[in-house]
Amino acid sequence: MPGENLITPENDTDIELDFADVEEFQKNHEKKRKKSSRRNDGETTKREKGRRKRSSKSTQRIREESQSRTDGGETGRRRRGKAEHEVKQDEGNEGKWEQTRAKTAKSKKNIKNEEKKLEVEMNGEAQGRSEKGKKKLECAKNEGEKRNGDKHKEIDKACKKKKKHKEIVEISSEPETSEEDEEEEEEAINDGELRPELLSPEELEKLKEAVDEKKKLIQSLRGKPWSMKKKLITLRDSQQFVEKYEGALGKGKGRKLYAYKVMMTKKWMKFQRDFENFKTACIPWEMKIKEIESKFDLEWSIFIIFFINQSFYRYIYSFYRTCFFFFCFFKQALVGKPYGSIPRKTVPRAEEASAMDFAVLWDFGGYAQYSVLFYGYYNNQRAIGWFKFRMPLSYFLVGVGTVAYSYMVVIRTMARNANESGIGDDNSFNFSWKMFTSWDYLIGNPETADNKFASITTSFKEAILEEQESRKDDTIHLTRFLRVLANFLVLCCLAGSGYLIYFVVRRSQKFALEGLENHTWWERNEVNGVRKSLLQLVVVSFNLPDLKYGQSHFFAKQRWLLPGLPKGNIWHMCNKRVIIIIIIIFMTFIFFIQQEFVRLIISDTMTTYITLLIGDFLRAVLVRFLNHCWCWDLEAGFPSYSEFDVSGNVLGLIFNQGMIWMGAFYAPCLPALNLLRLHVSMYLQCWAVMCCNVPQERVFKASGSNNFYMAMLLVILFLSTLPAIYTIVTIPPSFDCGPFSGKNRMFDVIQETLESDFPAWFSKVFSYASNPGLVLPFILLMILAIYYLQSTSKSYKEANVELKKKLQMQNEENKKKNKQAALKAQMDLEEAKKSASEAMEPQRNNNASVQRQEANDEENHNRSRKMHHGCNPSARADDREPHLPVRGPGPRTYHNGNHGNPRYLPGYHQQNEPSRMYRVPSMQRH
Amino acid sequence: MGNKQTIFTAQQLDAYQVGYGSHFLLFYRYRDLAPQLVPLDYTNQPDVKLPYELIGSMPELKDNPFRQRIAEVFSEDGEGNMTLDDFLDMFSVLSEMAPRDLKAYYAFKIYDFNNDDFICKSDLEKTLNKLTRNELTEDEVKMVCEKVIDEADLDNDGRLSLEDFQNMINRAPDFLSTFHIRI
Repeated sequence: MPGENLITPENDTDIELDFADVEEFQKNHEKKRKKSSRRNDGETTKREKGRRKRSSKSTQRIREESQSRTDGGETGRRRRGKAEHEVKQDEGNEGKWEQTRAKTAKSKKNIKNEEKKLEVEMNGEAQGRSEKGKKKLECAKNEGEKRNGDKHKEIDKACKKKKKHKEIVEISSEPETSEEDEEEEEEAINDGELRPELLSPEELEKLKEAVDEKKKLIQSLRGKPWSMKKKLITLRDSQQFVEKYEGALGKGKGRKLYAYKVMMTKKWMKFQRDFENFKTACIPWEMKIKEIESKFDLEWSIFIIFFINQSFYRYIYSFYRTCFFFFCFFKQALVGKPYGSIPRKTVPRAEEASAMDFAVLWDFGGYAQYSVLFYGYYNNQRAIGWFKFRMPLSYFLVGVGTVAYSYMVVIRTMARNANESGIGDDNSFNFSWKMFTSWDYLIGNPETADNKFASITTSFKEAILEEQESRKDDTIHLTRFLRVLANFLVLCCLAGSGYLIYFVVRRSQKFALEGLENHTWWERNEVNGVRKSLLQLVVVSFNLPDLKYGQSHFFAKQRWLLPGLPKGNIWHMCNKRVIIIIIIIFMTFIFFIQQEFVRLIISDTMTTYITLLIGDFLRAVLVRFLNHCWCWDLEAGFPSYSEFDVSGNVLGLIFNQGMIWMGAFYAPCLPALNLLRLHVSMYLQCWAVMCCNVPQERVFKASGSNNFYMAMLLVILFLSTLPAIYTIVTIPPSFDCGPFSGKNRMFDVIQETLESDFPAWFSKVFSYASNPGLVLPFILLMILAIYYLQSTSKSYKEANVELKKKLQMQNEENKKKNKQAALKAQMDLEEAKKSASEAMEPQRNNNASVQRQEANDEENHNRSRKMHHGCNPSARADDREPHLPVRGPGPRTYHNGNHGNPRYLPGYHQQNEPSRMYRVPSMQRH
Repeated sequence: MGNKQTIFTAQQLDAYQVGYGSHFLLFYRYRDLAPQLVPLDYTNQPDVKLPYELIGSMPELKDNPFRQRIAEVFSEDGEGNMTLDDFLDMFSVLSEMAPRDLKAYYAFKIYDFNNDDFICKSDLEKTLNKLTRNELTEDEVKMVCEKVIDEADLDNDGRLSLEDFQNMINRAPDFLSTFHIRI
């Protein structure tokens, strides 16, 4: 950084204190250096090259360095003799180190400043001036009388080298660490910062590498298994390094740019921090969700995710809102004709008297019918306003576009889910996974914890039973019987619900013809009620497989039900049935009710709230307070508290969403209304869940069910677009059809636009394109393409399975090999022992002694290696060595046949291990 | 939260953001555990430690069967007494943003009860007994442990090394979703 090297008043005072000291120290080493300078130089470069590879580890040694720095002046003397492992990580030195480090840094600066009095302004401005001359001066000072007459270049080089050397002398007591390496670089770069053009290309390259490495380190810091303290220190050091020397990479202009960049990054960081805080302040339900998550299990959080982050909420609505408001609403509000300007937009005389009655408004009659909520509000002129805005066309396009976009979003989400859950298909780590991943760390509620403990125990017992495969004949019969029963029940449900819907909708149509006013509230909202209760039925049958699957407490105790049931079979079967039921209910439903979506949604919301209040809240209150004066335990016994019913809620959401999709075309503000509804009901449900629901006793398999719901959403989306498309294509719009009133068909707007707004050739092309002769082959082509893609994906899947099998086989084989190798090693060990004991006898066996010699050598080697990595926390792979049973006095033979060397697995190169472990997170983050 | 600058210097904030990557809710959580012990001014890095009893009684941890291990692994002294840095460390690893490898590394440490860098049979037994509250019989425990080692031990030394553990956990579908604590 520019300015950092300038002498500040504080530094000046330090100079007085430190300078004498340092100069003396420097002189000492000057002498030393002269003696050994050439040798040192050669060595340094060599070492530099060798250590380049290890420099990623270098930061771990910062603490060691700290030790060395605290040693101050005497470091130079002992720098060669000291072995690295002597420098242990000392916690106590941390603070001290900081001080001394600061001091040394300052003093270094000060020396330089003293030395280069001529170049007080050494950053940027100084460049234009006679650099070489300065250089000379500096060198002359440093070198004294010796090299005055030499060529400039030589001087420069020598000067730099000397500097490096001096740096070593000053700082490092550990010749083996790469830290020193960095210091050299720093110094070299320090020179370079003054005169970047004097750096040789290789050095520049190195410098670039170093800076890049540091940058990488900073980015991947979060993924390193270090303590926070160490992270902070590493971070500070590398940041300083990067800040100081990145600028040196560019010349003149680049440096200014760099300074600017640094400033911007800092600002950006601050902004990000503030924004982060702002964001957390903006999500008021964050804490609430956390509470709920800790009380309920994973499934709840899935519901919440479904609820809040759900694609339709986030993308579709925002897309729709922006499009709609931008294209239609504002234009209409600004330049369209207001209420009452034309007969279509006015309440008829006959109804005017009752148009403001609450009952009428509640049913969205009267004035409400002509409000923004419905499409009657919008104009039907082809173009409105002075800029000729195409109102009907944009209305049409926004509607269609929203549907298309929602398809895309749903499918994309599904694909992503499938990708995520695609890993864990195989069952090869069944027990390990159960052991290490079954506890949910989110749980923060004693009741939930109890349930979780119970369910984990059950699942273990189940797995054990499955493992033992103690199948009995009678359970198989039972299973078959249960299956048949389940199918039968489901079929009954199907037929019954279909008929019920048919009946109720017919009745309601009759009521509607007679006039709604003559009927009671129930009769008016009957359809919705029936639909709701049917949905409940579906949900019950939905949960049925879970019960049978045996994960509930009740069935867990009755072990006779369990062992025979093959996992997942019944679950899958029933899932399919359930989907069919839902689809049929929904279909009958939507084909009978094509209008009145708004009313439907409102009454749907109301029924949801009422069931919530009665079913959950009232029940909870009764159970709690009547429990004191009741003959059995209400809380533990029959009514108890209600559980939060995830599948029911999600199904409700999906249905609701389907209706929105259907209705959005006719009532453009419906999504906005629904958004409001979602918000309110979320808070209400959060409250209800926290105060009156108990955690589920069943434990769902969380993974996988996510996509199931998404698939259902997709189906519903498709179904709900069907009637809309049907009306668009076939039914002529009525008088109060808003933007389309007076047209033959709704899609006429497109034709109209084509004819009047585009050149003639375009409409010609279009008419050719819509020719059946062209469309049919196209459809055929699409089908073929789909077929092709499907078959290829199938073959890929097969190949995947095959590969997995192969991998597994290989693993097994490796295991076997390892076992054999271990056995062999054991035998060799015995043999070696024998021979060793023989060797103890007076008659010496040449062979044995040689063998032992080698063994000793190897051991020594290992020990030194261990020491070498001893203070490196990441070198755990090396620490393992002594623990291994195969490590014995006779490893020679074992090395000969080391195909199955237990330490080195195929694909696991231990040498690379630490770096591999640290690199990966940084890659993941991007 | 406008008074943050008085608690930490801007430099500290920057550093923490890179090292930890989140806002400062955690500091307040830490302080709330013992307002009388933790100062509101961290600019000069005071040396404060909270005892394990306080850490373990946090609602996020108190029902966790492994809470003591968690505290031990993340504390610098190995006994569960935590400084602010340790505390941040703990929740940064357990947060959603932490990469999988980091989580796996610390999960390994947590399940390695005797700190010997291997998950051996005794560790597995302890884990299992904590998970099931000692409700499995001895035979069952033994069998499960054997199965686990059989499944995950690649180098056949009768215990799980870090690589074995990572190899196993990287394929687990639920690991990321279960090994995290929201704060």
